[in-house]
Amino acid sequence: MNNEMYQEIILDYYRNPRNKGILPHPDIISHDVNTSCGDEIAMHVLVKDGKIGNCRFSGKGCAISQAAASMLTEYALGKSLEEVAKFNKEDALKLINIPISCMRLKCALLGLKVLKLGVLQYMGKKLEVQDESEN
Amino acid sequence: MANITLQAEKVRLDFPFFKRGLIYLDSAATTQKPKVVLDVMRKFYETTTANVHRGVYSLAEEATQAYEGARKKVAGFISASPREIVFVRNATEAINLVAQSWGAANIQKGDVILLTEMEHHSNIVPWQMLAKKAGAKIVYVPINEHGELDRNAIIHALKQKPKMFAFSHISNVLGTINPAKELIAEAHKNGVSVLLDASQSVPHLPVDVKDLDCDFMVFSGHKMLAPFGVGVLYAKRDLLEKMEPVLGGGDMIKEVTFEGATWNEVPWKFEAGTPNVAGVVALGAAVDYLQSLGMDNVWKHECELTKYAHDKMKTDKHITIYGPEKRAGVISFNLGDMHAHDVSTVLDQQNICVRSGHHCAQPLMEKLNVPATVRISFGPYNTKEDVDAFLAALQKAKKVFRL
Repeated sequence: MNNEMYQEIILDYYRNPRNKGILPHPDIISHDVNTSCGDEIAMHVLVKDGKIGNCRFSGKGCAISQAAASMLTEYALGKSLEEVAKFNKEDALKLINIPISCMRLKCALLGLKVLKLGVLQYMGKKLEVQDESEN
Repeated sequence: MANITLQAEKVRLDFPFFKRGLIYLDSAATTQKPKVVLDVMRKFYETTTANVHRGVYSLAEEATQAYEGARKKVAGFISASPREIVFVRNATEAINLVAQSWGAANIQKGDVILLTEMEHHSNIVPWQMLAKKAGAKIVYVPINEHGELDRNAIIHALKQKPKMFAFSHISNVLGTINPAKELIAEAHKNGVSVLLDASQSVPHLPVDVKDLDCDFMVFSGHKMLAPFGVGVLYAKRDLLEKMEPVLGGGDMIKEVTFEGATWNEVPWKFEAGTPNVAGVVALGAAVDYLQSLGMDNVWKHECELTKYAHDKMKTDKHITIYGPEKRAGVISFNLGDMHAHDVSTVLDQQNICVRSGHHCAQPLMEKLNVPATVRISFGPYNTKEDVDAFLAALQKAKKVFRL
Protein backbone atom coordinates (compact mmCIF):
# COMPACT_ATOMS: atom_id res chain seq x y z
CA MET A 1 0.00 0.00 0.00
CA ASN A 2 1.25 3.45 -0.87
CA ASN A 3 1.56 5.38 2.36
CA GLU A 4 4.56 7.50 1.48
CA MET A 5 2.45 10.55 2.26
CA TYR A 6 2.31 9.67 5.93
CA GLN A 7 6.00 9.29 6.68
CA GLU A 8 7.23 9.49 10.24
CA ILE A 9 8.35 13.08 9.77
CA ILE A 10 4.89 14.29 8.68
CA LEU A 11 3.23 12.57 11.60
CA ASP A 12 5.87 13.97 13.92
CA TYR A 13 5.28 17.54 12.75
CA TYR A 14 1.51 16.95 13.00
CA ARG A 15 1.66 15.60 16.54
CA ASN A 16 4.48 17.81 17.78
CA PRO A 17 4.15 20.95 15.72
CA ARG A 18 7.03 23.42 15.78
CA ASN A 19 6.19 27.10 16.07
CA LYS A 20 2.52 26.50 16.75
CA GLY A 21 0.73 29.32 18.48
CA ILE A 22 0.38 33.06 18.23
CA LEU A 23 2.64 36.05 18.83
CA PRO A 24 1.66 38.84 21.27
CA HIS A 25 2.38 41.80 18.96
CA PRO A 26 2.84 40.51 15.45
CA ASP A 27 3.58 42.82 12.53
CA ILE A 28 1.76 40.48 10.21
CA ILE A 29 -1.43 38.53 10.83
CA SER A 30 -2.77 36.49 7.96
CA HIS A 31 -5.43 33.84 7.76
CA ASP A 32 -7.19 31.67 5.20
CA VAL A 33 -9.42 28.62 4.86
CA ASN A 34 -9.65 25.92 2.24
CA THR A 35 -13.36 26.08 1.56
CA SER A 36 -13.43 22.63 0.03
CA CYS A 37 -12.13 20.83 3.11
CA GLY A 38 -12.29 23.32 5.96
CA ASP A 39 -8.53 23.38 6.68
CA GLU A 40 -7.61 26.61 8.39
CA ILE A 41 -4.24 28.32 8.91
CA ALA A 42 -3.30 31.63 10.53
CA MET A 43 0.25 33.04 10.48
CA HIS A 44 1.71 35.53 12.93
CA VAL A 45 4.98 37.16 11.91
CA LEU A 46 7.38 39.50 13.64
CA VAL A 47 9.45 41.51 11.17
CA LYS A 48 13.01 42.46 12.15
CA ASP A 49 15.30 44.44 9.82
CA GLY A 50 13.29 43.37 6.77
CA LYS A 51 13.54 39.75 7.78
CA ILE A 52 11.27 37.21 9.43
CA GLY A 53 12.19 37.66 13.05
CA ASN A 54 9.64 35.21 14.41
CA CYS A 55 6.85 33.20 12.85
CA ARG A 56 4.05 31.19 14.39
CA PHE A 57 1.17 29.29 12.81
CA SER A 58 -2.16 28.23 14.24
CA GLY A 59 -5.15 26.48 12.79
CA LYS A 60 -6.81 23.15 12.32
CA GLY A 61 -6.81 20.64 9.58
CA CYS A 62 -5.24 17.50 8.24
CA ALA A 63 -1.73 16.24 8.97
CA ILE A 64 -0.51 17.45 5.60
CA SER A 65 -1.68 21.06 5.99
CA GLN A 66 -0.53 21.36 9.60
CA ALA A 67 2.85 19.70 9.11
CA ALA A 68 3.54 21.72 5.96
CA ALA A 69 2.69 24.98 7.72
CA SER A 70 4.89 24.08 10.66
CA MET A 71 7.84 23.24 8.40
CA LEU A 72 7.32 26.48 6.55
CA THR A 73 7.58 28.58 9.73
CA GLU A 74 10.95 26.98 10.49
CA TYR A 75 12.18 27.57 6.98
CA ALA A 76 11.01 31.19 6.82
CA LEU A 77 12.79 32.22 10.01
CA GLY A 78 15.60 34.65 9.20
CA LYS A 79 14.67 34.91 5.51
CA SER A 80 14.11 38.35 4.01
CA LEU A 81 10.58 39.38 3.14
CA GLU A 82 11.58 39.47 -0.54
CA GLU A 83 12.75 35.87 -0.36
CA VAL A 84 9.51 34.75 1.26
CA ALA A 85 7.49 36.67 -1.31
CA LYS A 86 9.22 34.72 -4.06
CA PHE A 87 8.78 31.36 -2.38
CA ASN A 88 6.74 29.14 -4.69
CA LYS A 89 4.89 25.88 -4.92
CA GLU A 90 7.96 23.83 -5.86
CA ASP A 91 9.91 25.24 -2.92
CA ALA A 92 7.09 24.36 -0.53
CA LEU A 93 6.76 20.84 -1.89
CA LYS A 94 10.51 20.34 -1.65
CA LEU A 95 10.25 21.32 1.99
CA ILE A 96 7.75 18.62 2.92
CA ASN A 97 9.37 16.19 0.47
CA ILE A 98 6.59 13.62 0.17
CA PRO A 99 4.53 12.59 -2.85
CA ILE A 100 1.33 14.63 -2.78
CA SER A 101 -1.76 13.60 -4.72
CA CYS A 102 -3.34 16.46 -6.62
CA MET A 103 -6.40 16.24 -4.37
CA ARG A 104 -4.23 17.06 -1.37
CA LEU A 105 -2.14 19.77 -3.01
CA LYS A 106 -4.32 22.51 -1.55
CA CYS A 107 -3.66 21.13 1.93
CA ALA A 108 0.09 21.13 1.38
CA LEU A 109 0.11 24.69 0.07
CA LEU A 110 -2.31 26.43 2.43
CA GLY A 111 0.39 27.57 4.85
CA LEU A 112 2.43 29.02 2.00
CA LYS A 113 -0.57 30.87 0.63
CA VAL A 114 -1.32 32.42 4.03
CA LEU A 115 2.28 33.41 4.74
CA LYS A 116 2.75 34.97 1.30
CA LEU A 117 -0.54 36.84 1.54
CA GLY A 118 0.53 38.35 4.84
CA VAL A 119 4.05 39.24 3.71
CA LEU A 120 2.89 40.80 0.43
CA GLN A 121 0.26 42.81 2.23
CA TYR A 122 2.90 44.03 4.69
CA MET A 123 5.17 45.02 1.81
CA GLY A 124 2.28 46.99 0.37
CA LYS A 125 2.11 44.88 -2.73
CA LYS A 126 -1.06 44.01 -4.52
CA LEU A 127 -2.53 40.76 -3.40
CA GLU A 128 -1.87 38.65 -6.39
CA VAL A 129 -1.15 35.40 -4.67
CA GLN A 130 -3.28 33.18 -6.74
CA ASP A 131 -4.07 29.68 -5.73
CA GLU A 132 -0.76 28.02 -6.50
CA SER A 133 -2.38 24.61 -6.56
CA GLU A 134 -4.33 25.68 -9.62
CA ASN A 135 -1.23 26.39 -11.69
CA MET B 1 -44.58 -8.21 -5.61
CA ALA B 2 -41.67 -7.15 -3.48
CA ASN B 3 -39.05 -9.61 -2.31
CA ILE B 4 -39.41 -10.84 1.24
CA THR B 5 -35.82 -9.94 2.00
CA LEU B 6 -33.25 -7.91 0.19
CA GLN B 7 -30.22 -9.72 -1.18
CA ALA B 8 -27.62 -7.04 -1.61
CA GLU B 9 -25.28 -9.40 -3.54
CA LYS B 10 -27.99 -9.64 -6.18
CA VAL B 11 -28.96 -5.97 -6.00
CA ARG B 12 -25.44 -4.80 -6.75
CA LEU B 13 -25.46 -6.76 -10.01
CA ASP B 14 -28.04 -4.21 -11.20
CA PHE B 15 -25.46 -1.42 -10.84
CA PRO B 16 -22.83 -1.20 -13.59
CA PHE B 17 -20.72 1.04 -11.35
CA PHE B 18 -19.56 -1.84 -9.20
CA LYS B 19 -17.61 -3.31 -12.12
CA ARG B 20 -14.97 -0.72 -11.15
CA GLY B 21 -14.22 -2.75 -8.07
CA LEU B 22 -14.50 0.17 -5.68
CA ILE B 23 -16.15 -0.12 -2.31
CA TYR B 24 -18.62 2.72 -2.20
CA LEU B 25 -19.70 3.92 1.25
CA ASP B 26 -20.95 7.42 0.48
CA SER B 27 -24.60 6.99 -0.45
CA ALA B 28 -25.66 9.85 1.85
CA ALA B 29 -23.80 12.14 -0.58
CA THR B 30 -25.16 10.47 -3.70
CA THR B 31 -26.15 6.96 -4.68
CA GLN B 32 -25.01 4.82 -7.57
CA LYS B 33 -27.51 4.35 -10.39
CA PRO B 34 -28.99 1.01 -11.49
CA LYS B 35 -28.75 0.08 -15.17
CA VAL B 36 -32.52 0.14 -15.56
CA VAL B 37 -32.62 3.84 -14.57
CA LEU B 38 -29.82 4.73 -16.99
CA ASP B 39 -31.50 2.68 -19.73
CA VAL B 40 -34.81 4.48 -19.24
CA MET B 41 -33.08 7.85 -19.49
CA ARG B 42 -31.13 6.87 -22.59
CA LYS B 43 -34.18 5.35 -24.22
CA PHE B 44 -36.18 8.47 -23.51
CA TYR B 45 -33.59 10.62 -25.28
CA GLU B 46 -33.28 8.15 -28.15
CA THR B 47 -36.97 7.65 -28.81
CA THR B 48 -39.10 10.25 -27.06
CA THR B 49 -37.25 13.57 -27.11
CA ALA B 50 -39.73 16.41 -27.52
CA ASN B 51 -40.58 19.32 -25.28
CA VAL B 52 -43.37 18.76 -22.76
CA HIS B 53 -46.72 20.54 -22.43
CA ARG B 54 -46.29 22.20 -25.84
CA GLY B 55 -46.55 20.38 -29.14
CA VAL B 56 -49.79 18.76 -30.27
CA TYR B 57 -48.03 16.10 -32.30
CA SER B 58 -48.12 12.64 -30.84
CA LEU B 59 -44.40 12.50 -29.98
CA ALA B 60 -44.76 15.62 -27.82
CA GLU B 61 -47.77 14.03 -26.18
CA GLU B 62 -45.72 10.90 -25.47
CA ALA B 63 -42.98 12.97 -23.82
CA THR B 64 -45.57 14.79 -21.71
CA GLN B 65 -47.14 11.48 -20.71
CA ALA B 66 -43.75 10.14 -19.64
CA TYR B 67 -43.00 13.29 -17.63
CA GLU B 68 -46.40 13.43 -15.94
CA GLY B 69 -46.33 9.65 -15.48
CA ALA B 70 -43.16 10.05 -13.43
CA ARG B 71 -44.92 12.70 -11.33
CA LYS B 72 -47.65 10.16 -10.55
CA LYS B 73 -45.04 7.57 -9.57
CA VAL B 74 -43.21 9.97 -7.26
CA ALA B 75 -46.52 11.08 -5.73
CA GLY B 76 -47.56 7.49 -5.16
CA PHE B 77 -44.19 6.70 -3.60
CA ILE B 78 -44.79 9.17 -0.76
CA SER B 79 -48.63 8.94 -0.71
CA ALA B 80 -49.14 12.43 -2.14
CA SER B 81 -51.34 13.57 -4.99
CA PRO B 82 -49.52 14.35 -8.30
CA ARG B 83 -50.63 17.99 -8.14
CA GLU B 84 -48.67 18.31 -4.89
CA ILE B 85 -45.35 17.35 -6.52
CA VAL B 86 -43.16 20.13 -7.92
CA PHE B 87 -40.03 19.10 -9.82
CA VAL B 88 -36.96 21.20 -9.08
CA ARG B 89 -33.21 20.58 -9.34
CA ASN B 90 -32.60 19.21 -5.85
CA ALA B 91 -33.68 19.45 -2.23
CA THR B 92 -31.73 22.68 -1.84
CA GLU B 93 -33.70 24.37 -4.59
CA ALA B 94 -36.94 23.09 -3.08
CA ILE B 95 -36.13 24.70 0.29
CA ASN B 96 -35.16 27.94 -1.43
CA LEU B 97 -38.44 27.90 -3.30
CA VAL B 98 -40.41 27.57 -0.07
CA ALA B 99 -38.32 30.23 1.68
CA GLN B 100 -38.64 32.69 -1.19
CA SER B 101 -42.29 32.10 -2.00
CA TRP B 102 -44.11 30.94 1.13
CA GLY B 103 -41.54 32.65 3.33
CA ALA B 104 -41.81 36.03 1.63
CA ALA B 105 -45.60 36.00 2.07
CA ASN B 106 -45.71 34.65 5.61
CA ILE B 107 -42.58 35.69 7.47
CA GLN B 108 -42.56 39.23 8.80
CA LYS B 109 -40.31 41.39 10.91
CA GLY B 110 -39.80 39.87 14.35
CA ASP B 111 -41.11 36.44 13.34
CA VAL B 112 -39.20 33.34 14.37
CA ILE B 113 -38.05 30.52 12.11
CA LEU B 114 -37.24 27.38 14.07
CA LEU B 115 -34.44 25.09 12.82
CA THR B 116 -32.26 22.52 14.58
CA GLU B 117 -28.56 22.26 15.29
CA MET B 118 -28.28 19.17 13.10
CA GLU B 119 -29.38 20.78 9.84
CA HIS B 120 -27.51 20.58 6.56
CA HIS B 121 -26.46 23.96 5.15
CA SER B 122 -29.30 23.63 2.65
CA ASN B 123 -31.80 23.85 5.48
CA ILE B 124 -30.04 26.77 7.16
CA VAL B 125 -28.81 29.23 4.55
CA PRO B 126 -32.10 29.78 2.63
CA TRP B 127 -33.77 30.61 5.95
CA GLN B 128 -30.92 32.93 6.96
CA MET B 129 -31.34 34.75 3.65
CA LEU B 130 -35.07 35.05 4.25
CA ALA B 131 -34.59 36.14 7.86
CA LYS B 132 -32.17 38.85 6.81
CA LYS B 133 -34.55 40.18 4.21
CA ALA B 134 -37.65 40.01 6.39
CA GLY B 135 -36.04 41.01 9.68
CA ALA B 136 -36.98 37.67 11.19
CA LYS B 137 -35.06 35.65 13.76
CA ILE B 138 -33.75 32.10 13.59
CA VAL B 139 -33.79 29.86 16.64
CA TYR B 140 -32.00 26.49 16.69
CA VAL B 141 -33.25 23.51 18.67
CA PRO B 142 -30.20 22.11 20.50
CA ILE B 143 -29.08 18.49 20.32
CA ASN B 144 -28.15 16.46 23.38
CA GLU B 145 -24.93 14.51 23.93
CA HIS B 146 -26.32 11.54 21.98
CA GLY B 147 -26.96 13.70 18.93
CA GLU B 148 -30.72 13.70 19.40
CA LEU B 149 -32.99 16.72 19.43
CA ASP B 150 -33.86 17.97 22.87
CA ARG B 151 -37.59 17.24 23.11
CA ASN B 152 -38.30 19.72 25.90
CA ALA B 153 -36.50 22.46 24.01
CA ILE B 154 -38.67 21.78 20.96
CA ILE B 155 -41.88 21.94 22.95
CA HIS B 156 -40.75 25.14 24.61
CA ALA B 157 -39.68 26.67 21.28
CA LEU B 158 -42.94 25.74 19.57
CA LYS B 159 -44.93 27.44 22.32
CA GLN B 160 -43.19 30.69 21.31
CA LYS B 161 -45.17 30.34 18.04
CA PRO B 162 -42.49 30.40 15.36
CA LYS B 163 -43.95 30.71 11.88
CA MET B 164 -41.98 27.77 10.48
CA PHE B 165 -40.30 24.70 11.89
CA ALA B 166 -37.89 23.20 9.34
CA PHE B 167 -35.97 20.07 10.31
CA SER B 168 -34.40 16.98 8.83
CA HIS B 169 -36.11 13.62 9.07
CA ILE B 170 -32.71 11.89 9.31
CA SER B 171 -29.43 13.66 10.04
CA ASN B 172 -26.89 13.33 7.22
CA VAL B 173 -24.05 13.46 9.75
CA LEU B 174 -25.28 11.62 12.83
CA GLY B 175 -27.85 9.28 11.32
CA THR B 176 -30.30 10.42 14.01
CA ILE B 177 -33.88 9.50 13.13
CA ASN B 178 -36.10 12.33 14.29
CA PRO B 179 -39.64 11.47 15.43
CA ALA B 180 -41.09 13.47 12.55
CA LYS B 181 -44.75 12.55 12.96
CA GLU B 182 -44.77 13.47 16.61
CA LEU B 183 -42.89 16.73 16.08
CA ILE B 184 -45.15 17.75 13.20
CA ALA B 185 -48.26 17.11 15.32
CA GLU B 186 -46.73 19.16 18.13
CA ALA B 187 -45.93 21.98 15.72
CA HIS B 188 -49.44 21.98 14.26
CA LYS B 189 -50.94 22.08 17.76
CA ASN B 190 -49.18 25.43 18.06
CA GLY B 191 -50.16 26.62 14.60
CA VAL B 192 -46.61 26.24 13.26
CA SER B 193 -46.00 25.21 9.64
CA VAL B 194 -43.48 22.43 9.02
CA LEU B 195 -40.93 21.72 6.31
CA LEU B 196 -39.40 18.27 6.50
CA ASP B 197 -36.02 17.72 4.86
CA ALA B 198 -36.42 14.10 3.78
CA SER B 199 -33.22 13.91 1.71
CA GLN B 200 -31.86 11.12 3.90
CA SER B 201 -35.16 9.34 4.58
CA VAL B 202 -37.17 9.01 1.36
CA PRO B 203 -34.36 7.02 -0.33
CA HIS B 204 -34.10 4.55 2.56
CA LEU B 205 -37.44 3.87 4.25
CA PRO B 206 -41.18 4.10 3.56
CA VAL B 207 -42.31 7.74 3.89
CA ASP B 208 -45.97 8.71 3.83
CA VAL B 209 -46.73 12.43 3.74
CA LYS B 210 -50.38 11.92 4.58
CA ASP B 211 -49.43 10.05 7.71
CA LEU B 212 -46.69 12.54 8.63
CA ASP B 213 -48.95 15.49 7.81
CA CYS B 214 -46.01 17.79 7.01
CA ASP B 215 -46.82 20.97 5.10
CA PHE B 216 -43.71 20.80 2.93
CA MET B 217 -41.27 18.01 2.25
CA VAL B 218 -38.15 18.04 0.08
CA PHE B 219 -35.76 15.43 -1.29
CA SER B 220 -33.21 14.91 -4.09
CA GLY B 221 -33.44 12.32 -6.85
CA HIS B 222 -29.70 11.70 -7.04
CA LYS B 223 -29.69 10.37 -3.47
CA MET B 224 -32.32 7.77 -4.44
CA LEU B 225 -30.71 6.03 -7.44
CA ALA B 226 -31.84 8.66 -9.99
CA PRO B 227 -29.65 11.00 -12.06
CA PHE B 228 -28.33 14.36 -10.87
CA GLY B 229 -30.42 17.44 -11.43
CA VAL B 230 -33.88 16.40 -10.30
CA GLY B 231 -35.36 17.10 -6.91
CA VAL B 232 -38.82 17.16 -5.43
CA LEU B 233 -40.85 19.65 -3.47
CA TYR B 234 -43.97 18.20 -1.92
CA ALA B 235 -46.43 20.72 -0.54
CA LYS B 236 -50.04 20.47 0.56
CA ARG B 237 -52.14 21.60 -2.37
CA ASP B 238 -53.87 24.51 -0.64
CA LEU B 239 -50.45 25.92 0.25
CA LEU B 240 -49.20 25.58 -3.31
CA GLU B 241 -52.36 27.28 -4.59
CA LYS B 242 -51.70 30.31 -2.39
CA MET B 243 -47.97 30.58 -3.11
CA GLU B 244 -46.51 32.91 -5.71
CA PRO B 245 -44.08 31.45 -8.23
CA VAL B 246 -40.41 32.31 -7.81
CA LEU B 247 -39.31 31.82 -11.40
CA GLY B 248 -41.22 33.29 -14.32
CA GLY B 249 -41.12 32.09 -17.89
CA GLY B 250 -42.55 29.49 -20.19
CA ASP B 251 -44.87 26.71 -19.00
CA MET B 252 -45.69 28.41 -15.69
CA ILE B 253 -48.22 30.81 -17.24
CA LYS B 254 -51.82 30.55 -18.31
CA GLU B 255 -51.96 33.71 -20.41
CA VAL B 256 -49.40 36.37 -21.20
CA THR B 257 -50.07 39.84 -22.59
CA PHE B 258 -47.65 42.71 -23.02
CA GLU B 259 -49.00 44.07 -19.75
CA GLY B 260 -48.79 40.99 -17.58
CA ALA B 261 -49.50 37.32 -17.07
CA THR B 262 -51.66 34.92 -15.15
CA TRP B 263 -50.26 31.78 -13.60
CA ASN B 264 -50.72 28.22 -14.67
CA GLU B 265 -52.29 25.75 -12.26
CA VAL B 266 -50.26 23.93 -9.62
CA PRO B 267 -47.76 22.38 -9.76
CA TRP B 268 -46.80 23.75 -13.18
CA LYS B 269 -46.78 27.37 -12.06
CA PHE B 270 -43.59 26.53 -10.16
CA GLU B 271 -41.89 24.80 -13.09
CA ALA B 272 -40.84 27.68 -15.34
CA GLY B 273 -38.90 26.79 -18.47
CA THR B 274 -38.16 23.41 -19.97
CA PRO B 275 -37.63 21.00 -17.10
CA ASN B 276 -35.15 18.11 -16.88
CA VAL B 277 -37.64 15.83 -18.60
CA ALA B 278 -35.38 12.81 -19.05
CA GLY B 279 -34.13 13.19 -15.48
CA VAL B 280 -37.69 13.20 -14.16
CA VAL B 281 -38.57 10.16 -16.26
CA ALA B 282 -35.48 8.40 -14.86
CA LEU B 283 -36.53 9.37 -11.33
CA GLY B 284 -39.80 7.58 -12.06
CA ALA B 285 -37.79 4.51 -13.03
CA ALA B 286 -35.76 4.79 -9.82
CA VAL B 287 -39.01 4.84 -7.84
CA ASP B 288 -40.16 1.70 -9.70
CA TYR B 289 -36.84 0.04 -8.92
CA LEU B 290 -36.95 0.94 -5.22
CA GLN B 291 -40.52 -0.29 -5.01
CA SER B 292 -39.51 -3.58 -6.61
CA LEU B 293 -36.97 -3.99 -3.80
CA GLY B 294 -39.56 -2.88 -1.24
CA MET B 295 -38.77 0.11 0.96
CA ASP B 296 -39.35 -1.97 4.10
CA ASN B 297 -36.68 -4.36 2.86
CA VAL B 298 -34.28 -1.55 1.98
CA TRP B 299 -34.66 -0.07 5.45
CA LYS B 300 -34.29 -3.42 7.21
CA HIS B 301 -31.19 -4.26 5.19
CA GLU B 302 -29.52 -0.92 5.83
CA CYS B 303 -30.34 -1.04 9.53
CA GLU B 304 -28.78 -4.52 9.82
CA LEU B 305 -25.69 -3.39 7.97
CA THR B 306 -25.40 -0.30 10.16
CA LYS B 307 -25.71 -2.30 13.34
CA TYR B 308 -23.10 -4.75 12.08
CA ALA B 309 -20.61 -1.95 11.35
CA HIS B 310 -21.47 0.06 14.46
CA ASP B 311 -21.06 -2.92 16.81
CA LYS B 312 -17.62 -3.71 15.41
CA MET B 313 -16.44 -0.09 15.38
CA LYS B 314 -17.54 0.43 18.99
CA THR B 315 -15.06 -2.15 20.24
CA ASP B 316 -12.06 -0.22 18.88
CA LYS B 317 -10.73 2.29 21.40
CA HIS B 318 -9.19 4.39 18.64
CA ILE B 319 -12.57 5.02 17.01
CA THR B 320 -14.83 7.82 18.26
CA ILE B 321 -18.38 7.52 16.92
CA TYR B 322 -20.76 10.48 16.85
CA GLY B 323 -24.53 10.19 17.14
CA PRO B 324 -27.09 7.96 18.79
CA GLU B 325 -27.15 4.19 19.21
CA LYS B 326 -30.33 3.80 17.14
CA ARG B 327 -29.58 5.33 13.78
CA ALA B 328 -30.11 5.19 10.04
CA GLY B 329 -27.40 4.01 7.67
CA VAL B 330 -24.95 6.77 8.48
CA ILE B 331 -21.94 6.50 10.82
CA SER B 332 -19.68 9.49 11.47
CA PHE B 333 -16.46 8.88 13.34
CA ASN B 334 -12.87 9.88 13.87
CA LEU B 335 -9.78 7.70 14.15
CA GLY B 336 -7.36 8.49 16.96
CA ASP B 337 -5.90 11.97 16.71
CA MET B 338 -5.93 11.94 12.92
CA HIS B 339 -7.87 14.41 10.83
CA ALA B 340 -10.76 12.95 8.82
CA HIS B 341 -9.10 13.85 5.52
CA ASP B 342 -6.02 11.84 6.39
CA VAL B 343 -8.16 8.83 7.25
CA SER B 344 -10.13 9.22 4.04
CA THR B 345 -6.91 9.44 2.00
CA VAL B 346 -5.57 6.20 3.44
CA LEU B 347 -8.93 4.46 2.87
CA ASP B 348 -8.95 5.80 -0.67
CA GLN B 349 -5.56 4.22 -1.26
CA GLN B 350 -7.35 0.94 -0.48
CA ASN B 351 -10.19 1.64 -2.95
CA ILE B 352 -12.72 2.57 -0.30
CA CYS B 353 -14.81 5.69 -0.91
CA VAL B 354 -15.86 7.48 2.27
CA ARG B 355 -16.76 11.07 2.92
CA SER B 356 -14.66 13.27 5.15
CA GLY B 357 -15.08 16.86 6.17
CA HIS B 358 -17.88 18.90 7.65
CA HIS B 359 -20.64 17.27 5.55
CA CYS B 360 -22.22 20.64 4.76
CA ALA B 361 -23.04 20.98 8.44
CA GLN B 362 -20.42 23.35 9.87
CA PRO B 363 -22.57 24.55 12.80
CA LEU B 364 -23.06 20.92 13.85
CA MET B 365 -19.30 20.26 13.66
CA GLU B 366 -18.81 23.24 15.93
CA LYS B 367 -21.33 21.79 18.35
CA LEU B 368 -19.56 18.40 18.28
CA ASN B 369 -16.32 20.32 18.75
CA VAL B 370 -14.53 18.56 15.91
CA PRO B 371 -13.19 20.15 12.71
CA ALA B 372 -14.36 17.23 10.62
CA THR B 373 -15.49 13.62 10.73
CA VAL B 374 -15.19 10.58 8.49
CA ARG B 375 -18.56 9.29 7.39
CA ILE B 376 -19.70 5.99 5.98
CA SER B 377 -23.24 5.62 4.67
CA PHE B 378 -25.08 2.79 3.00
CA GLY B 379 -27.32 2.03 0.07
CA PRO B 380 -29.31 -1.08 -0.83
CA TYR B 381 -26.30 -2.43 -2.77
CA ASN B 382 -23.88 -2.50 0.17
CA THR B 383 -22.95 -5.81 1.75
CA LYS B 384 -21.33 -7.10 4.91
CA GLU B 385 -18.26 -7.77 2.75
CA ASP B 386 -18.09 -4.00 2.09
CA VAL B 387 -18.16 -3.35 5.82
CA ASP B 388 -15.50 -6.01 6.46
CA ALA B 389 -13.24 -4.50 3.81
CA PHE B 390 -13.74 -1.07 5.35
CA LEU B 391 -12.91 -2.36 8.84
CA ALA B 392 -9.79 -4.09 7.58
CA ALA B 393 -8.73 -0.89 5.81
CA LEU B 394 -9.21 1.04 9.06
CA GLN B 395 -6.85 -1.37 10.80
CA LYS B 396 -4.26 -0.68 8.09
CA ALA B 397 -4.84 3.04 8.50
CA LYS B 398 -4.06 2.69 12.19
CA LYS B 399 -0.70 1.19 11.28
CA VAL B 400 0.01 4.00 8.81
CA PHE B 401 -0.75 6.55 11.52
CA ARG B 402 1.18 4.59 14.18
CA LEU B 403 -1.90 4.35 16.37
